[in-house]
Amino acid sequence: MSLSILAVDDSRTMRDMINLALTTEGFEVHLAEDGEHGLEVLDDLDPDVIITDINMPRLDGFGFIDAVRLRDDTRTVPILVLTTESSNELKTRARNAGATGWIVKPFAQDKLVRALRMVAG
Amino acid sequence: MSETQDTQAPDMASSSTTEYLSFRIDENEYSVEIMSVREIRGWTRTTSLPHAPPFVRGVINLRGTVLPVVDLAVRLGLEASEPQDRNVIIVVDVGSRVMGLRVDAVSDILSFSDDQLQPPPDLTSKSRFVRALTILDDRMVRVLDLEAVLPSNEEIAA
Amino acid sequence: MSDPMQEIMASFFVECEELHESLVDALQSMADGEGDVETINVAFRAVHSIKGGAGAFGLDALVDFSHQFETVMDACRSGTLAVDDRLNELFLRCSDMLSDLIRCSRDGEAIDEATAEGLIAELATFAPQEEEAPAEEIEFQPMTLSLDDLGAPGDAPDLPPLDLPPLEDLGIAPPDEDTAPAAGGIKVVFAPDRELYESGNEPLFLIKALADLGDCRTSVALDAPTDADGLSTLGGRLTWTIEIDTEAQPSAVHEIFEFVDGLCKLQVEVLEGTTEAAAPLPDLAPPADTPAPAPAPVAEAPKPAPAPAAAPAAAPAPAKPANGEKAAKAATSAKASPTVRVDLERIERLVNLVGELVINQAMLSQSIAEENIPPNSPVTNGLDEFMQLTRNIQESVMMIRAQPVKSLFQRMSRIVRESSAAVGKSVKLVTDGETTEIDKTAIERLADPLTHMIRNAVDHGLEDAATRVERGKSEQGEIRLKAYHKSGRVLIEVSDDGGGINREKVKAKAIQNGLIPEDVTLTDTEIDQLLFLPGFSTANEVSNLSGRGVGMDVVKTQITSLGGRVTIESTPGVGTTFAISLPLTLAVLDGMVVTVASETLVIPLNAIVETLTLAVDDLKPVAAGQSVLCVRDQFVPVFDLGVELGYRDVAPVQEGTIALLLSPEEGVLVALLVDTIEDQRQVVIKGMQESYGRVPGVAAATILGDGQIALILDANDLVQNATGEDLVIKQKKVS
Repeated sequence: MSLSILAVDDSRTMRDMINLALTTEGFEVHLAEDGEHGLEVLDDLDPDVIITDINMPRLDGFGFIDAVRLRDDTRTVPILVLTTESSNELKTRARNAGATGWIVKPFAQDKLVRALRMVAG
Repeated sequence: MSETQDTQAPDMASSSTTEYLSFRIDENEYSVEIMSVREIRGWTRTTSLPHAPPFVRGVINLRGTVLPVVDLAVRLGLEASEPQDRNVIIVVDVGSRVMGLRVDAVSDILSFSDDQLQPPPDLTSKSRFVRALTILDDRMVRVLDLEAVLPSNEEIAA
Repeated sequence: MSDPMQEIMASFFVECEELHESLVDALQSMADGEGDVETINVAFRAVHSIKGGAGAFGLDALVDFSHQFETVMDACRSGTLAVDDRLNELFLRCSDMLSDLIRCSRDGEAIDEATAEGLIAELATFAPQEEEAPAEEIEFQPMTLSLDDLGAPGDAPDLPPLDLPPLEDLGIAPPDEDTAPAAGGIKVVFAPDRELYESGNEPLFLIKALADLGDCRTSVALDAPTDADGLSTLGGRLTWTIEIDTEAQPSAVHEIFEFVDGLCKLQVEVLEGTTEAAAPLPDLAPPADTPAPAPAPVAEAPKPAPAPAAAPAAAPAPAKPANGEKAAKAATSAKASPTVRVDLERIERLVNLVGELVINQAMLSQSIAEENIPPNSPVTNGLDEFMQLTRNIQESVMMIRAQPVKSLFQRMSRIVRESSAAVGKSVKLVTDGETTEIDKTAIERLADPLTHMIRNAVDHGLEDAATRVERGKSEQGEIRLKAYHKSGRVLIEVSDDGGGINREKVKAKAIQNGLIPEDVTLTDTEIDQLLFLPGFSTANEVSNLSGRGVGMDVVKTQITSLGGRVTIESTPGVGTTFAISLPLTLAVLDGMVVTVASETLVIPLNAIVETLTLAVDDLKPVAAGQSVLCVRDQFVPVFDLGVELGYRDVAPVQEGTIALLLSPEEGVLVALLVDTIEDQRQVVIKGMQESYGRVPGVAAATILGDGQIALILDANDLVQNATGEDLVIKQKKVS
């Protein structure tokens, strides 16, 4: 059974890369361009994992995670944050916002998959 | 250039052959590798290009694109003749370019191996268009060097 | 098909251009003092996204530069660094550099490292102290567990005290600090905190990941809450003990627990003595060394794993039954974005097909006309509608290729910055009509001429600051770029508020260069046109900016090759405006179909001023083979098109010969003799450059209704070839 993933990133390149990396691994991938768009997609989708960027227009990653955690249907969905920083401060911030884990960009495909396995089996 | 499978001499498995389209200009037989031939068209009137070298007959409409047509007789220094309805235009790919070659008539599809080909003996200015020669059933067939036949930028600008 | 990563990379560079465009926009409005809080965020995000993608493709120079750039912008948006003029100016220069880096990375060109490093150093003076090395540090450092470690400000509620029993009680020696291969396996004691669950982590997946390291023996125990408070906050606490038969390093375990670091108690030990550790523990029996008084509730615990496969099996299937339907809907909603990206090749194909359609329709019209079907018959009416539809389709297809001139204007703002810095003038660029759309090819091919015109305006158009002040103008010069639609064409104007063209000086220079006779009388417009003459800008006045061999004549040639025209308007003391007028689309052209020496040719309608039918004595010979025609008191040189194209020899002019009065450029007239005028119609332009090469006097080709190719004339080029010199000069000498 393939996991369904929602990836939220304002960069088309990053979306393309995530899409390529995960679809070749057999995941079912859905994409959104920013937090607002991500929430819209969630109206019609129960992903097994959400991957989100932090710096985005309209609604950034922190705001998006907040909103996801406030929704009954998505309160417990694992969320992985995409970040270019590997600083502990950022990870702490991500965690405080309700993220489950993080992926440091640029990511290798196997690392991304491993991170997904760690939060979604 | 990819080579086609030998069809005429299956016993010569080690020597692969290439197919050539042969055609006539006057009484002479020339050929080009079949892989570079895109299509063969009946003669249509060309639109003359001003200040073009004499061997450039003009351009024709090849399904919406502009195709330059080279009069091979003129290009090879043979006697020029007015085009006739039974003439044909062989459309060939040369590298990234496409051109038409006006010839008298298409004659055959030939198949011979590389070791049957011989370089042309002398190198006069016109023989540079002939890449190789071969004898087939007592006829001499000339293999054209299409790169050389294509009008060069200098010739166009001249 | 091609490598998907290559495709993504290509699309990355396209995205970079878009991101850079929004960066320039944001920086420009910051520089203009129009920015708000979101503006710097937009700029930051643009650079950040470029960095992110560049990192993925290993474009180190781009990563390093955007990292430093982004760091300083981050300080600005967090308010620790105030944005002033100096910083704005630096940002703009960095944005230019970024654009260069993107281009170089894309084209595999050498990077101007010195400039990049200079800017990085300059940025560094603004940058806050970096607490860690930049993006190279991709690997997350596996940390040894310390509960204080993540106790950052604002961290979760108080963690309960560590309540694992002393290691000695577990019957295990304290772990050896050395990290030699764990030959005896690894023992993991793992007790999730409530926060672990709240963060969306799932202990089962972690244990499952451990099982990937080697065979596992797992046991679980429930800690009794120590007090009422503990009960309410924790609801009991599970402690897992997993012994893994593995040769992996303890760090591998820490990697697995990376996300829950600080959200659990974790003890990782290297076990000694393989034989002992390999001995199977009794099934289901809680390990003797488990401190928990109560046995683990069976429902909560995964099966203690006699076989390692049991642990993965215990993981609940995460898929939800309703997912299929919802996912399908989500896929639709995710696609509901206002734009689609389309491969340019597909558009080209569509453009070509529509071209075919237009030609086909022309052929059909011709056949119907030959049938002598009366007007207003159903056939002709239907055909009229068909023609209208064809034209609409054609226009719509052409609009797909159209793009706003904004990107072009942005490039020009860089030119203004660089050129004004080079000549030490303060110049402001004002743009107007950035959303005006024009064919993509035109945008690309306008960059060069516009660059030259802007440099020219900065260098020659605008006065220096002192002179401006003297004349009561503001010290800062202004250059205005404006684009708009006007009667089916696109107009692009480059204006300056400088001193205007010094016509006396221009005329004197033209005389000095032998371009016009000394005693000639010229109107202002005629003098202005002299600027476009080849050989007008001369070597003795080359400035390091706009001189250097490239004259306005080149600008004019480039514009003309796009089917456009350039005009000049200049008022002394007030300024100069160069206006470029371009056709809306480059793929079609309104032309007059004529024949000469049995060849059919198309002459662009916009070059034709009027058509005349000549009487034999209208032409006055001035030299062998050269005649002039007198049109409204002006002598106009006459060329026989058939002769100029080499289709026929010079022949005496017949009564009733048709002359087309052309104006290849402003204020210049020439008469072209043709045999007949066939039609006036829109034709589809077919390039000849790729298939054949450039033909003198010919702009392109088209396909007529009968399927024959007709050449489209380049009137200006034709006349220049015919005379061997520029027509303005010729005309001035004649008159």
